[in-house]
Amino acid sequence: MESLQPISGPWALIAMSLKVTIIFGVLVLVVAYSTLAERRVSAWIQDRRGPNRVGPFGLLQPVADGIKNLLKEETLPATASKAFFVLAPIFVLVPSLMTFAVIPIAAPLPTPAGIVDMIIADVPIGILYVLAFSSLAVYGVVLGGWASNNKYAFLGGLRASAQMVSYEVALGLSLITVLMMSGNVTLTEVVWQQQQLGMWFAFPLSLAFILFVISAFAETNRLPFDMPEAESELVTGYHTEYSAMKFSAFMISEFGHMVTASALMATLFLGGWDLPGTWDDAFWHEGQLIRGFTQDGVIVLANPAWWKTVLTFGGFAIKTSFFMLLYIWIRWTLPRFRYDQVMALGWKVMLPTALAYAMLIGGTILVLDEVGIRWGFSYGLALTAVSGVATVGFIFFLDRGRTIIGAAGQSRQKISITGISQPATAGD
Amino acid sequence: MIEVLFYVFAAVALGGALGVVWAKSPVGSLLYMVATLASLACIFVLLEAHFLAAIQVIVYAGAIMVLFLFVIMLLNLGHDYQRDLKGGAFSLLSFVIIGLMAGVLVRQFGENAITEPTAGGRAIDAALAQHGAVGAIAQPLYTTYVVPFEITGVLLLVAIVGALVLAKKGGQ
Repeated sequence: MESLQPISGPWALIAMSLKVTIIFGVLVLVVAYSTLAERRVSAWIQDRRGPNRVGPFGLLQPVADGIKNLLKEETLPATASKAFFVLAPIFVLVPSLMTFAVIPIAAPLPTPAGIVDMIIADVPIGILYVLAFSSLAVYGVVLGGWASNNKYAFLGGLRASAQMVSYEVALGLSLITVLMMSGNVTLTEVVWQQQQLGMWFAFPLSLAFILFVISAFAETNRLPFDMPEAESELVTGYHTEYSAMKFSAFMISEFGHMVTASALMATLFLGGWDLPGTWDDAFWHEGQLIRGFTQDGVIVLANPAWWKTVLTFGGFAIKTSFFMLLYIWIRWTLPRFRYDQVMALGWKVMLPTALAYAMLIGGTILVLDEVGIRWGFSYGLALTAVSGVATVGFIFFLDRGRTIIGAAGQSRQKISITGISQPATAGD
Repeated sequence: MIEVLFYVFAAVALGGALGVVWAKSPVGSLLYMVATLASLACIFVLLEAHFLAAIQVIVYAGAIMVLFLFVIMLLNLGHDYQRDLKGGAFSLLSFVIIGLMAGVLVRQFGENAITEPTAGGRAIDAALAQHGAVGAIAQPLYTTYVVPFEITGVLLLVAIVGALVLAKKGGQ
């Protein structure tokens, strides 16, 4: 009979080693195949075929790329600071592959020896761990740019440091609303509170969701925020002088950051591994794996099963893939910002909005708690209404009457160009 | 195990601190400083102060040192800072500070070198169990020590406004 106790003893060690090996292996595989996905999706968007020669549908392309990068010559510019030049790719690569450890990927798995949590390390600081490591990733980029002793690379490094520091502020402030809702910083608790609320945080915290997605794009240096490596201005920015595996390390870390950021967005705002309904809910509460509480506050025990773990992992994978696709999709849809626009957006729009929104949500939570509404679906609906108003206001403010109002804005523009003489049409 | 790890991180922290002084380039100094801060964070983790460790990395290693790096790179500092730091007065001052520090350590270890969990340690354990890693610090910070906390915030604000005023004056 399967016991409802957490796994312990030598089995825990085996389970831990397996989890680390499998999750790390899958992460690296996903990173490798997201490079292929990016090229295939970009080809699809631009009506090309994309890489389809190596293996069926080009599926072995990442392998071919890997072999090519291993066999290429490693160049070392004569004027570079050698130690920092070699250290920089390592500084970028390590944090990007470490942050995934605190993200829960599925419902707990029951085994004959006990229940295994589907997370590598449920550290008590959860999301702060992710922030800490992602804030260290900027060193590799900046050092790579500085150590190359190349002015384009140097400018890329400077831009990277300024941009990442700026958007970290908005990222942290948009996170605060999530933390206010979940009451704790561990990601397992964030998922649990979304299950308890009966809706994912993307609805009651819609504006925070938008701000977080924008900041995450800026933090991962992806278009439209890829100022540090803007090809049309800086050759390829901070990794201009890098070749072979060192260049590959920068690429792997960029995709690693994308995967982690996607998983984080899925966990914080789309319920993580949670699927609709309460059948899959599970959380460790005072040593027991529970599914929820009855109206009187009596504990309902969870009923973990292997198929629930598989299904919830599927849900998590789909949500994460959606954000990965969004990254690629936006890259081939929006043009790059100008550098001053990036800074203005970060400091003059994102920061004040995130701050005001944190105040608004904090106030709303206070009012709802004072009125005595229970943490549940109606609580979520009230917050959704408040956030919805804020989100619509924010979008209209950002739009400044250009896209959404559309036709009305165009008719106004027409008046302003009447001075230009129109060519006479045939048949007049 | 924890003791071994402590000595490893302590060695890295000390080595980094020496590196800050001895490094040839300012960027090297800064990286050694990051190494010191990171190993201090690791020591915080060994002490089960997870929140302090995270804040140490996020605020110091991740934000302040990045700004330092930004400034060093932007101004492209060369070696002209050396004569500022290598005067006789600075050497004397550093020896005095080292002596004072050693005195404090000797006194501390001479009086109570016992490592039994104290009443303070048990109170911290209880707070951690009740409020979680963040709450254990947030609770006293926003209740008992809210006035010093707010005053510190105002002090920082004054410093920022002062820096802005000085920067504007220089630009004109």
